[in-house]
Amino acid sequence: MKYQLGKASPGEPGATRSFKSRRQFLGTAAAAMAGAMATLTGCDRSGVEAFLQHNFRELTKDDIKQVIARLEQEARRKYGKAIHIGTEPPIPGVLFGYALDLSRCIGCRRCAKACVKENNQSRDPQIEWIRVLQMDKEEGVDITHADPYYNPDLVPQEGHFYMPVQCHQCRNAPCTKVCPVGATWQEKDGIVVVDYNWCIGCRYCMAACPYGARRFNWGDPMVPADELNPVTHYLGNRPRPKGVVEKCTFCIQRVRNGLYPACVEICPTGSRKFGNLMDPKSEIRYILENKRVFIFKEELNTKPKFFYFYGV
Amino acid sequence: MGTPRAFRCFLKDSLGLILAGNRAYYAWLGFLLTLIAVGVAAYAGQLRDGLIVTHMRDQVSWGFYIGNFTFLVGVAAAAIMLVIPAYVYDWEPIREITILGEVLAISALVMCLCFVLVDIGRPDRFWHILPLIGRLNFPTSMLAWDVVVLNTYLLLNWFVVTYLIFCAYTRIHYVKAIVLPLVLFSIPMAVSIHTVTAFLFNGLAARPFWNSAILAPRFLASAFCSGPAILLVLLQILRRVTKLRIKDEAIFKVAELMAYTMGFMLFLTFAEVFKEFYSGTQHLVYTRYLWFGLKGQHSLVPFAWGSVACGLAAFLLFLIPRTRTNWFTLNLGCGLIYASVYIEKGMGLIIPGLTPDPLGEIYVYTPSLTEILVAAGIFGIGLLVFTLMLKVVVPIMLGETTLPPAPL
Repeated sequence: MKYQLGKASPGEPGATRSFKSRRQFLGTAAAAMAGAMATLTGCDRSGVEAFLQHNFRELTKDDIKQVIARLEQEARRKYGKAIHIGTEPPIPGVLFGYALDLSRCIGCRRCAKACVKENNQSRDPQIEWIRVLQMDKEEGVDITHADPYYNPDLVPQEGHFYMPVQCHQCRNAPCTKVCPVGATWQEKDGIVVVDYNWCIGCRYCMAACPYGARRFNWGDPMVPADELNPVTHYLGNRPRPKGVVEKCTFCIQRVRNGLYPACVEICPTGSRKFGNLMDPKSEIRYILENKRVFIFKEELNTKPKFFYFYGV
Repeated sequence: MGTPRAFRCFLKDSLGLILAGNRAYYAWLGFLLTLIAVGVAAYAGQLRDGLIVTHMRDQVSWGFYIGNFTFLVGVAAAAIMLVIPAYVYDWEPIREITILGEVLAISALVMCLCFVLVDIGRPDRFWHILPLIGRLNFPTSMLAWDVVVLNTYLLLNWFVVTYLIFCAYTRIHYVKAIVLPLVLFSIPMAVSIHTVTAFLFNGLAARPFWNSAILAPRFLASAFCSGPAILLVLLQILRRVTKLRIKDEAIFKVAELMAYTMGFMLFLTFAEVFKEFYSGTQHLVYTRYLWFGLKGQHSLVPFAWGSVACGLAAFLLFLIPRTRTNWFTLNLGCGLIYASVYIEKGMGLIIPGLTPDPLGEIYVYTPSLTEILVAAGIFGIGLLVFTLMLKVVVPIMLGETTLPPAPL
């Protein structure tokens, strides 16, 4: 069964707009302050705009247009290349789910590498959103025996199985709960996103995540210009600044346009399954209803939308 | 006499008090300023290159900075241990100590805020976390709670100290109806700052080492040991170099109270260790990493045992009346308990909480040179704030500096 989605209609991202008048008032005060700061530090106009930018969920359509234009210009300056930053909203009636077949995964790490390319992860310092664990068959799923740095000539290795781990897009997400500034949240289609322009880099979400799924830009991220994927989403794979947290978004720039995540597409063994949990006829629903499924760290009640199963 | 004039004189005289001093005082200030300069230089490097200059990584995403922050929240909270008997029981010998405790609390809080600032990846976005201006995720995030209670506690202590000192300066008796409710309010506030800081870690189910119900009581017990230890040493220095009279009785009384809290702290540590080892679940790995090491990595082991050894020795020194009332052993005990709590909060809390990481990896974290230099600079700032405040508070408290009569 194939995963099918309609084309995303452009529109405003589910903006919640509380405290507008208070914000406008405070915004004026903050603008005055930032203006003074800019004069002192010699920042340009776009620097001031970046400094003053509000949380994505509070921006109006016009604000978003300006922000996107500024970010696209910044990217052009940095990489010498035009990029597109989309803001496709969630598609009504869609809740994304993922299932990974542990009996088929051979641990080739092609998913992790494809993810790096698709999502413009920093090459140096190296960032990978997907971590593949090599485990002993004798021990079963036991992270105290997991090895993420296995490096043989050929996989799979005798006596081992492989368990890729990435963001579980929890319905009861500990990471969004702890963020002190609301810079990370769950979208209506279930994807947990980060506003890289609002994150303060406190890393509380990283401490809260039981799956080790979040990555921090410890240094200035480096992506070679010729390898930069120019098709991006504001809440996904657009170029990130230093000092903020990032994570897997199920390839938000692809899935909201009816494409599979890059890791699903690249997997040579078909271990990775993806689809709409709300569609009773979807492949993902078939798997959840008919296969032997387990949830990693189920006792934490995070209610992931990422499942493991044994297909054979 | 107009209050505005009095306040102007107060500020002018305060500045005079800060600037006047002997050679030792200036040497001390010079030392602190050097320390701060070194810290600022190290921090400038961190701002330029990012937090990659620390040894924190995705596996251990918090380290020395947050450890120091946690420890200093405890120091700030401990001021109340002295406030309770002084104001509630109106116990005179301890009265002067409380104002010094509050000065200590203010300095510790300034350091706490600095440690948070240097730990975040985007200090330029600090305003996102400010109530009303930014977008505080209150009441869901414990860090948002921490921002609120720490700033409230800072303002509260700052106001009480300024008001009491200003009253002493103008030789007007303070209005009890203003001071008493604020001081009484500062008691639950002090408990809350350390409780909220404990809950910040405690609430994370992903980290079983922190996810223990006695974490907040342990935080409070350890804070009520380390905070007063600093004050006891300070009081002895102050009564030597100033005319401040502090009775032996007051010092010994505080030491006695500390002995009880130390005993309680050790008991709570034991309770935690018992539960982990006796039940022996998979969650034991963190405790085992701290006390015995895991998979050939033993970097925390000396810290764990060192901390408990210092704590136990200090407890015995403070428990036995003869060693408690002997100046040498008393001060030795103060040093030992301070070291015990500092090691426990700095290395024994944050790092084993994050190691092994959620996917079982052991990343051996030790602070980088930058982290140590930045921390030294922040301690320099805290000590500078503390020194300058004391330089103003003590002479005014003693009645040596008062408002000059108004010109006719």
